[in-house]
Amino acid sequence: MSEVIHAGHQDSDHGSDHDHGPDKGLARWLFTTNHKDIGTLYLWFSFAMLFIGGIMALVIRTELFQPGLQFVDPAFFNQMTTNHGLIMVFGAIMPAFVGLANWLLPMQVGAPDMALPRMNNLSFWILPFAFGMMLSTLFMEGGGPNFGWTFYAPLSTTYAPDSVTFFIFAVHMMGASSIMGSINIIATILNMRAPGMTLMKMPLFVWTWLITAYLLIAVMPVLAGAVTMMLFDIHFGTSFFNAAGGGDPVMFQHIFWFFGHPEVYIMILPAFGIVSHIIPAFARKPLFGYDSMVYAVASIAFLSFIVWAHHMFTVGMPLAGQLFFMYSTMLIAIPTGVKVFNWTATMWQGSMSFETPMLFAIAFVVLFTIGGFSGLMLAITPADYQYHDTYFVVAHFHYVLVPGALFSIIAAVYFWFPKWTGKMYNETMGKAHFWLSFIGVNVTFFPQHFSGLAGMPRRIPDYALQFADFNMISSIGAFIFGFSQLVFLYVIIHGIRKGKPAKARAWEGARGLEWTLPSPAPYHSFTQPPHVPDAEVQG
Amino acid sequence: MKQKISFVGILLGLISAPLALADQLNMRRGVTDISGQVYDLHMTILWICIAMGVVVFGVMFWSIIHHRRSAGHEAAQFHGSTKLELTWTIVPTLILVAMAIPATQTLIAMYDTGGEDMTVEVRGYQWKWQYKYLDDDYNNTFGFFSTLATPQDEIRNQSNKGEHYLLEVDNALRIPTNRKVRFLITAEDVIHAWWVPDFGIKRDAIPGMLNELWTIVEEPGVYRGQCTELCGKDHGFMPVVVEVLEEAEFDAWYAQEMANESIRQEALSKTFTHEELMAQGEEVYGTFCASCHQPNGQGLPPVFPSLVGTTVVTGPRDEHIKLVIDGVNGSAMQAFGKQLDAAQLGAVVHYERHAWGNNAGDITQPRDVLELSGQ
Repeated sequence: MSEVIHAGHQDSDHGSDHDHGPDKGLARWLFTTNHKDIGTLYLWFSFAMLFIGGIMALVIRTELFQPGLQFVDPAFFNQMTTNHGLIMVFGAIMPAFVGLANWLLPMQVGAPDMALPRMNNLSFWILPFAFGMMLSTLFMEGGGPNFGWTFYAPLSTTYAPDSVTFFIFAVHMMGASSIMGSINIIATILNMRAPGMTLMKMPLFVWTWLITAYLLIAVMPVLAGAVTMMLFDIHFGTSFFNAAGGGDPVMFQHIFWFFGHPEVYIMILPAFGIVSHIIPAFARKPLFGYDSMVYAVASIAFLSFIVWAHHMFTVGMPLAGQLFFMYSTMLIAIPTGVKVFNWTATMWQGSMSFETPMLFAIAFVVLFTIGGFSGLMLAITPADYQYHDTYFVVAHFHYVLVPGALFSIIAAVYFWFPKWTGKMYNETMGKAHFWLSFIGVNVTFFPQHFSGLAGMPRRIPDYALQFADFNMISSIGAFIFGFSQLVFLYVIIHGIRKGKPAKARAWEGARGLEWTLPSPAPYHSFTQPPHVPDAEVQG
Repeated sequence: MKQKISFVGILLGLISAPLALADQLNMRRGVTDISGQVYDLHMTILWICIAMGVVVFGVMFWSIIHHRRSAGHEAAQFHGSTKLELTWTIVPTLILVAMAIPATQTLIAMYDTGGEDMTVEVRGYQWKWQYKYLDDDYNNTFGFFSTLATPQDEIRNQSNKGEHYLLEVDNALRIPTNRKVRFLITAEDVIHAWWVPDFGIKRDAIPGMLNELWTIVEEPGVYRGQCTELCGKDHGFMPVVVEVLEEAEFDAWYAQEMANESIRQEALSKTFTHEELMAQGEEVYGTFCASCHQPNGQGLPPVFPSLVGTTVVTGPRDEHIKLVIDGVNGSAMQAFGKQLDAAQLGAVVHYERHAWGNNAGDITQPRDVLELSGQ
């Protein structure tokens, strides 16, 4: 397969013995079909979104620093919580993983590029317009989305600001982008692997992305359906979610979470893959239980489709429904536990060193596990009645998303940075970034467990006095965490400009085809299908 | 109150917070049998998680300390063990099954809604709760609204915050001790959620749906919770306050309210004089209308229109009544037909047409309102 592409491409304009480089200037980025360029675009885009969403988080934390209304009014506060969630989920985490997939998948499977390069360009370039449109609603009359990132009807339909139509269109565009990205990833993985790389020899990042891509294709259309029904309720007089017209607001939640629960695994499965590369590399020891890691990811993906109503324990389902969703949710703990145990066993008896990627990866395992524990607690339906929609939930999902998904992305950037740029980042600054982030994230989110258990509801701009101390601590942590990401920005720019040259195998313990390429990797990764040595595969 | 926060204060807060707030670190046990069971479940699963955390993190940190390259440790090359993998699949499964049993029992107990002694309808509005006692003798009309009582001054930091800041209402829901109270929960506009942490009960209030909850409280007292589903701008400002009274005390209060209710019911068929209507109307106006239209009727144009000499109060009376009953879509003018009874509506319309120099010269009786509202 890769030979065909190689030949077809080279015949027209180049000799077969050298690589052509990128175009010059802006055109390179607008018209690029190169997986590395598109990966770079995705990563910088998501980094920009991280800062925009982060500023919104700091607006929220500033208002919540003390009881009383100080800085923003409740209407704007709701726009901040909503847009913070939407931007972080759809603008920061998801595009960052797609960016990593673009950079890494062709190199890891031994291909020259992604299978569908032009669609790759389109799936990225939709995104800035989608988010530009969504952010523009903040400046419209009546304000932007203010109904929470879960946009429950009828608050998001009958009672929504006029700008909701733009939000709906933006979600459609994000969905189209995700679906195209997933198709591309599946096509690449299934068609473009080097000879000898069987499915059960694929690196775990490839495996987790293959499964994630299927999840995306399965659920993004469901989200598109939900927002289309909203559009019809708002503009065309239907009553899908309007009780007064015979519709059902709870149906919205079922549809949303049928998308939404797989969606949260979309944001964590590639993280599992990343960590499964980094821990063996720095423990200088093969990954423990490769096969069971693959099966665990597949089980988690399957379970993600049958647990959605655990987000809705309080809507008043029948007892049998509650019990089904409680049991199925508890089951998720088993494959997730297997993964955590395997990572621990990989570290056991290793010869570990603790460079920045390893630090982020270990923090990922510990803090993601804490988020997993609170997830298990939330699964217990009777207890969930007390936790539901309190800060306990906020603490839970931030533990799995920030030191979970985000830390894994940061770890990946540090880990593959030498391969991408051919330079080493500054290790001391990287470690400083890690410790500031680690402290910041825990100071921010750990106290939220307590305010939640004490009864503080989420999504409120002001709170009763007994929650004051924990909120203040949380706000201080948020500022530490937020500003420490500027250190990250500095490390990256400094590394690109002034980093020391990196070796092809930048980390001595790293395994995988990408490390057989020079650093920086050539513009068209593998122009000839490589030999796949046993030493470079995980299985 | 902490109006000014100094750096030292923050530091002290960071250090002393965990000590001073020891009782606020955890879920409260609450005051009902169910909330106690929920608390026990919470503690069981919490301890299971802590134990698993100690084992896993313990192994990990032991490894981090001992199996490091800088300590000269050589890497082993094993990469699997079927025995181990089976162990850490089966053991967690058994723990989960053990956990699921008590959780199921509690859940079944929570769903035991029959055999109630009384029923209260809980209806969420943007942004207040309405409670109706469904066992009264008056066609289920006895009920009231429960809105935030915290003054804006406290919210805007212009005066010191009281002890129950944001957790206080004008009219608390009152229920008796030791009786099984069933709550029927619904909403008028968007989804809200009704939560009393100390009873261990929470349920979404969903327009078009009727959810059921129940409780039996043994301890008299005032129990506070909040709306726990994002319901728009003032989601953070619609607390739930339940006052549990000793049975005898509740019965006396309820009998008094029933007596008031019978007077209220009679009023619906009475014919009032101009003076009576003005007196009653002024009272209703002060409670429901004055905050927007102002005590002097001048309003705050253009958002809140004036009622002095304007077309609504000088024009046809029936149009005026309909406007108050149905509200004005897309404006702050609510549909008061759902909040006030015909006697109150009649009186307030009559008052508005004859106060502040207005003189429509007509009269508005409760039956005029009843006719227009189709009752």
